[in-house]
Amino acid sequence: MSQLAVTVIGPDRPGIIADVTEALAGTGVNLEDSTMTLLRGHFAMMIVCSGSLDEVQTAIEPLRGELVITVRAMGPEHEHAAIGPSYLLSVHGADRPGIVAAVTRMVAAVGGTITDLATRLSGDLYVLTAEVELPLTADLETLERALEITAEELGVGVTLTPAESDDL
Amino acid sequence: MSVAHLNQTLAAWSPAQLGLVGDVLEVVRAPHPVLATLGATVDPLDPTMVALAADLVATMRVSPGCVGLAAPQVGISAQMFALDVTGHPKTRTCHGVFVLCNAVVTEASRQEKAREGCMSVPDFTGDVKRATRLEVTGVLPGTTDQVTITTDAFEARALQHEIDHCNGKLFLDRVAGAHAVHPRKVYK
Repeated sequence: MSQLAVTVIGPDRPGIIADVTEALAGTGVNLEDSTMTLLRGHFAMMIVCSGSLDEVQTAIEPLRGELVITVRAMGPEHEHAAIGPSYLLSVHGADRPGIVAAVTRMVAAVGGTITDLATRLSGDLYVLTAEVELPLTADLETLERALEITAEELGVGVTLTPAESDDL
Repeated sequence: MSVAHLNQTLAAWSPAQLGLVGDVLEVVRAPHPVLATLGATVDPLDPTMVALAADLVATMRVSPGCVGLAAPQVGISAQMFALDVTGHPKTRTCHGVFVLCNAVVTEASRQEKAREGCMSVPDFTGDVKRATRLEVTGVLPGTTDQVTITTDAFEARALQHEIDHCNGKLFLDRVAGAHAVHPRKVYK
């Protein structure tokens, strides 16, 4: 049994998730982490599961067609150890090429890592939201200033807010 | 910033009034079925329940960062919880440490979303909308009088989280969207 990565992309219709996960369940695969969303109306799903590569390939074969499905064996599970406190990064403004690249470069430059990111375009409005971990050594003020300068150049607004949770 | 009018009975309450020192109990974790079970209404005068109140306080006290603990979290399906948000940066109105039996929310308004974690769900956090103005009624252990607590901000959030536990609900039942559950971030 190895850990497998399954991706499914295609035109959306009701029942895709039921079809795919039913096929996987039939092979005795255990779904672990997965995420699914619609990207401009296209169905897009990623699943990490553990099971037999050959059996999964066979089981999902009938679903191929409109759906582009990939299955590949991954290495051993890679546990993500947080590098520092979490922040929510939010960017929005008029759409133009290079927003994601410019903003994420700033984060990378201070040793930050992005653990979740989504972008949406509606009309001319471009929206980016990301969960960012910054190392304790990162100079937050400098990063905020750099983000502001970049945002101004791009004509967008940017906010970086702590995303710490409260234990109850 | 104004704070809610303190209920003096609650604010003056101390675990010493229980007359016994509680034991530290083991905290159960999801998917333990007790966490998804509606807790039984308790008799606040029952010595077993008074002892449980002391145990909840003792267990809450030894758990770092813990501001509340409900009976189901120590494996007992009952309508009782301990709470103490003293010193938390998001606390405004604060009644200090207290234990409530059979608590119900009687008024709730001004919902706000925040990220919360739970000792019984240690690997995740979730974005949950909760009322920031709250009125709750309940009974202090070892008494029969109904008390009403009016509070806000973090104490309001914590109360709702604990009352949810008593009703077999976790924050996972209330998350604000399909992408509102997050892996807990622990860093050194």
